[in-house]
Amino acid sequence: MAKLFYFGRLIDISGTAQENVPLPAHVEDTETLVSWLEDQRGWQGVLSERHIRIVVNDEIRSGRVSISNGDEIGFLPPVGGG
Amino acid sequence: MTTRLNPIAELGAFQDRIGDAGAIVSFTGVVRSRSGLGDVLSLHLQSHPTLTEQGIATAIDTAHARWPLTASLVRHRIGEIGPHEPIVFVATAANHRRAAFEAADFLMDYLKTEAIFWKKEITATGTTWIEPKENDYKDRARWHARTETTKCTE
Repeated sequence: MAKLFYFGRLIDISGTAQENVPLPAHVEDTETLVSWLEDQRGWQGVLSERHIRIVVNDEIRSGRVSISNGDEIGFLPPVGGG
Repeated sequence: MTTRLNPIAELGAFQDRIGDAGAIVSFTGVVRSRSGLGDVLSLHLQSHPTLTEQGIATAIDTAHARWPLTASLVRHRIGEIGPHEPIVFVATAANHRRAAFEAADFLMDYLKTEAIFWKKEITATGTTWIEPKENDYKDRARWHARTETTKCTE
């Protein structure tokens, strides 16, 4: 199982702040995870939008990052406080 | 922080730990009661369990490396915040005012565009996630363009 976390407006789309998902064999990195989730859930372009940042095990990462079951992956839309 | 923010009390406590500084600048951000979408009932602020604090700590380190500050403080609310309530408080102290002004401005620009918070506005007509505006990014970019530390004068 991988643990997926959603933040901000992505919670409204996913309907949850976190979920446990068994990764299929072909999902070996963040890019295949994004396209698999978008296909499976009908979230066309929602996670692959360029402003969405990906966190793997509490670290913001860019590009294609290897993942496997047991990892924690978060999807961060644009941020801003104040 | 989830509890109510008291800028006067924060400033008082801050003043006790500024060392030999000759200048304190503080900024308080307050939730407006009206937005483009109508009367604001509340703002909902979400943070990340680890990255929010880490990011603010790094921004504070950057400010101290760039300006000769004797102390600084950042307080930011999370959770539900009502209109007219303080949402953010920043204070900086330095020997001279220019460094304190600039460092406070720098920290606020970081908080508006890069700090890991998500902000939802709840109005009578619905809810909207608020993301930084183009002007917020422009304000932030001013600090990347200027690499020289400002010379401080009284």
